[in-house]
Amino acid sequence: MADAVLFEFLHTEMVAELWAQDPDPDPGPGGQKMSLSVLEGMGFRVGQAMAERLPRETLAFREELDVLKFLCKDLWVAVFQKQMDSLRTNHQGTYVLQDNSFPLLIRMSSGLQYLEEAPKFLAFTCGILRGALSTLGIKSLVTASVAALPACEYFLEGGLLPFLSVVGAGELPFPFSRGPRH
Amino acid sequence: MAVCVAVIAKENYPLYIRSVPMENELKFHYMVHTSLDVVDEKVSAMGKALVDQRELYLGLLYPTEDYKVYGYVTNSKVKFVMVVDSSNTALRDNEIRSMFRKLHNSYTDVMCNPFYNPGDRIQSRAFDSMVTSMMIQVC
Repeated sequence: MADAVLFEFLHTEMVAELWAQDPDPDPGPGGQKMSLSVLEGMGFRVGQAMAERLPRETLAFREELDVLKFLCKDLWVAVFQKQMDSLRTNHQGTYVLQDNSFPLLIRMSSGLQYLEEAPKFLAFTCGILRGALSTLGIKSLVTASVAALPACEYFLEGGLLPFLSVVGAGELPFPFSRGPRH
Repeated sequence: MAVCVAVIAKENYPLYIRSVPMENELKFHYMVHTSLDVVDEKVSAMGKALVDQRELYLGLLYPTEDYKVYGYVTNSKVKFVMVVDSSNTALRDNEIRSMFRKLHNSYTDVMCNPFYNPGDRIQSRAFDSMVTSMMIQVC
């Protein structure tokens, strides 16, 4: 497997490039959301492919919690070489995944410096989570928040919520299958 | 050796279907379509039964007088259906499992191809040649 740092460099360049191409310097909600959506869309496709390739030898997932455990352990280890630090749920479809030392943020600072810049670096990862969930049959909305670098939290809201928030916009409506979700 | 191989998406439409004797293609399409019901039945039965482990390989779905139909489901609810000639009794379970494993590997490769949009028909030549290697040779 290639060195983890290659992905970190690529990711940093992706964010920098998308931000540099933003034509209007006035940071109204419009311009920023486009770049975030593009990043999230890229992550989505990657997540779809990863969820196809990774669980190959494991047996079929029996319920949502199995899928979430797969995300926190196998997927996170494959992408970031470490497991997710904590997983909480309210048993009604909302999950909170917490990572206390997120590899893409750990090089920036540890504390409150650069807090405004941090969300850009989480958009791609939100996409990966959403893509993996969608391949495994769970429609969700993934948002992220940073309280203090390098810890970050990902909020997964399952169910048929309309995609209206900043991160997560830009998905085409997908035909729903008839019958209960397996 | 398979006579017909089909890859069905989560929403039950075919992503890839190919059968060897070209003239009876419609008959195989129909067989694959009817086997989807059996697949759904097996998957929901596995969900209810308190089995410790769930397997991806579903086994023999149903036999007809000429053919046997086998099924396999991935974690992303994509189904592989394979129709095999009944007269070829030398085919054992292990061989069918290994054929499905090859199919799954090739499907994963197709999925990871950035030029492939999930949900489109599979047009990859590599996938085609892998399936050809699994079908019986008809001159």
